[in-house]
Amino acid sequence: MPNRELTDGSTAIVRGALAGGCDFFAGYPITPASLILDLMLREMPKVGGVGIQGEDEIASIGMCIGAAMAGARAMTATSGPGISLYSENLGLAIMGEVPLVIVDVQRLGPATGGATTVGQGDIQFVRWGTAGGYPIIALAPSSIPECYSLTRRAFQLARRFRCPVFVVADKELSLTSNTVDVGEEPEPEREVGPQVNGEPDGGPFRAYRYDPADGVPPLAPYGDGQLLRFTGSTHDERAFITKDSQTVDRLNRHLSAKIEEHRDEIDLVTADLEPDAATLFLSFGVTAGAMREAVTTARASGRKVSALTVHSLWPVPETPIRKALEGVQGVIVAELNQGQYRREIERLAAGCQVLGLNRNDGELISPAQFVEML
Amino acid sequence: MSTGMTTITPLVTFRNETPYPFCPGCGHGPILDHLNAALVKLQLDPRQVVIVSDIGCSGLSDQYFATSAFHGLHGRSITYATGIKLARPGLTVIVVMGDGGTGIGGAHLLNAARRNIGITVLVCNNMNFGMTGGQHSTTTPAGAFTATTPSGNLERPLDVCATVAVNGAGFVYRGTSFDPDLADRMTDGIRHPGFALLDIWEPCTAYFAPRNRLTKKALFETLEAMRFPTGILQQTEVPEYAEAYRAAHADELDGPTLRPRPIQPRFRSALERRFSMVLAGSAGGRVGSAARLLARAGVLSGLYAALRNDYPVTVRTGHSTSELVLSPVPIDYAGVTRPEVLVVLSTDGAKQSRKFLKQMRAEDQVVTLPEFADLETPAPVSVLDFAATGGRLRASQYALAVASAAAARLSLFPAEALLEAVRQGEPEHLDSDMRAVEAGRGAAHRISS
Repeated sequence: MPNRELTDGSTAIVRGALAGGCDFFAGYPITPASLILDLMLREMPKVGGVGIQGEDEIASIGMCIGAAMAGARAMTATSGPGISLYSENLGLAIMGEVPLVIVDVQRLGPATGGATTVGQGDIQFVRWGTAGGYPIIALAPSSIPECYSLTRRAFQLARRFRCPVFVVADKELSLTSNTVDVGEEPEPEREVGPQVNGEPDGGPFRAYRYDPADGVPPLAPYGDGQLLRFTGSTHDERAFITKDSQTVDRLNRHLSAKIEEHRDEIDLVTADLEPDAATLFLSFGVTAGAMREAVTTARASGRKVSALTVHSLWPVPETPIRKALEGVQGVIVAELNQGQYRREIERLAAGCQVLGLNRNDGELISPAQFVEML
Repeated sequence: MSTGMTTITPLVTFRNETPYPFCPGCGHGPILDHLNAALVKLQLDPRQVVIVSDIGCSGLSDQYFATSAFHGLHGRSITYATGIKLARPGLTVIVVMGDGGTGIGGAHLLNAARRNIGITVLVCNNMNFGMTGGQHSTTTPAGAFTATTPSGNLERPLDVCATVAVNGAGFVYRGTSFDPDLADRMTDGIRHPGFALLDIWEPCTAYFAPRNRLTKKALFETLEAMRFPTGILQQTEVPEYAEAYRAAHADELDGPTLRPRPIQPRFRSALERRFSMVLAGSAGGRVGSAARLLARAGVLSGLYAALRNDYPVTVRTGHSTSELVLSPVPIDYAGVTRPEVLVVLSTDGAKQSRKFLKQMRAEDQVVTLPEFADLETPAPVSVLDFAATGGRLRASQYALAVASAAAARLSLFPAEALLEAVRQGEPEHLDSDMRAVEAGRGAAHRISS
């Protein structure tokens, strides 16, 4: 029998961050994300990194942005009320093209809401959490092993696209202990080493590139070989402020295109499709766990059903979702809010009935509730 | 000079060729000229200098220097500068902010001073928000006229220097944009290893000066009238934070990071389906610890275990509920709506148990202490009286004792598995937990089957 481990999502997120090369963490205490803060402040010195508790959430994400531009692989973690305070700097990270991982351990909102109560109410908030309406990448683990693998993945995507990447967890996933099989293969080596440095291409160093629009400029951190400029204002490729409409247009198209045109690198779902099933269950995060148990139960009693776990919430993985919708008569979108992700499915599900399975009372959706929908 | 040696040409300026955009008579230009002179004097590698600008007219400053630069959001410049310095302590990080930034970013200013992070903050203090039309700021003198204080400012001006000085800033200077030795004081501040702040008062010729008839002479008189001293106000050798952090954690480097702590299953459970137990008690009753030991015993017996704890936001008081699920297959859903065994340990626990008691059925079990014998539920209620059986258990042992009794009665896993879990648990509780488990096993026959 393989070795097993009794652990929790917070620990797995921290291990995923370490495997992703994280060497800078700043955060502010908030339930249910404090365990990540506690662990990260203990782990960072071991890898030669820095872990610091900011005076508030604004300072925490601000320090992460500064550190990331100095070459650190930075992460911060909070819950909904903290994401509210991250909003302005989320915009700065998008505009300045800062690789940054942001963990949102969701709790029941709005406001103080339920600090120790589960919710999945930040789904549209992380998507539209700052001014301007630019694309965002958000990954949602639905199990403890995924807390590890998707956090690690978030660091890869943040570097690949030079942008903030959300890991959207929740109170249950982060704080509930569960048993996982410890694989025989050793854990992958921690990704270390400096980030890609900008190579001069003849002309003066440009911190940003807008041509091709979907290209991603390499980051040349402060203190390396270049004079690095950074700005949150509309800027040209050398990061000087400009209002020139042509340049501004190229900048803004670039900020969208670098993500939108590379969805195939980001899309991540687990499709468990049964031929001839009339119904597709679709869910994410902790709710997807109940969905998978429901599928096992339903099939054991001879009922056909398909299921799709969405791991990359944003951008919406439209291609695999459309594929999963082919041939089903109805899709049931299950989430711990009043139907936030359902609206994304509605626009993809032409000719297919879209129903919501929702709870917004601090309790989990149970497998039985899924089965009742069949 | 002999061949083979590299000649280093001193940099004569750190400015680029872009002219300043500031209004005629504005203090920002002279301040930046002094900054340039300070950088020339220090002869730093411009790639190793990061000018972090805040927002407002002074926020444009970084664009006129051929150094590295960071232009972020209003009031947050100190946080970015802190992050840069923490990540690369070798960099020279200089913040250029206005008096506006001391208001919106007041918390950051205070905490940067308190940490003594090694950045230099230049406050271009022109007593109002120039870029947005001359509104009052934290440093607007009492009685002064601005766009938002048309009948005179009623607020007391913030003494930026005294505030950061009393909170631990390493170097504090107050002066004006007219000071002939300003470049030297900037040099002092940049050379200072800790947090350095220079509060530089200056005229805003677009708004504050005309509205308040502020001349150079009047500026000095204003400072005097407010009893704001000038010159070097503080210079102390307090450890710089980024260096202090590294020194404090040096021996942790390359220490073992968070790795899986594997549990090797070595017993066998006969459990063939999902089983759930809820322990409902109070804070301090070691409820979560008891549930964790049962979970571990399950894993040691080849089962999968999930453990979900619930407690109020204040953890040392009120209820403490643990939901334990054991299963021969991986658990994707850890929720419990109808436990097969409910253990009620306290009044808080009984209150939390209401939602479960209704759901339970005749084939389920409620196990509790004598005080809660009258719980209303369709399930049979078994009462274990550890006081009567002479087990001499403390209240903090009841949770584990009752849970062990239930586990033994239902043969969830071999008795030895739980003892092994206790042995692998917290050493300081070893004896106490062992006694609780034994007492529980002795009482197991009292649970109805």
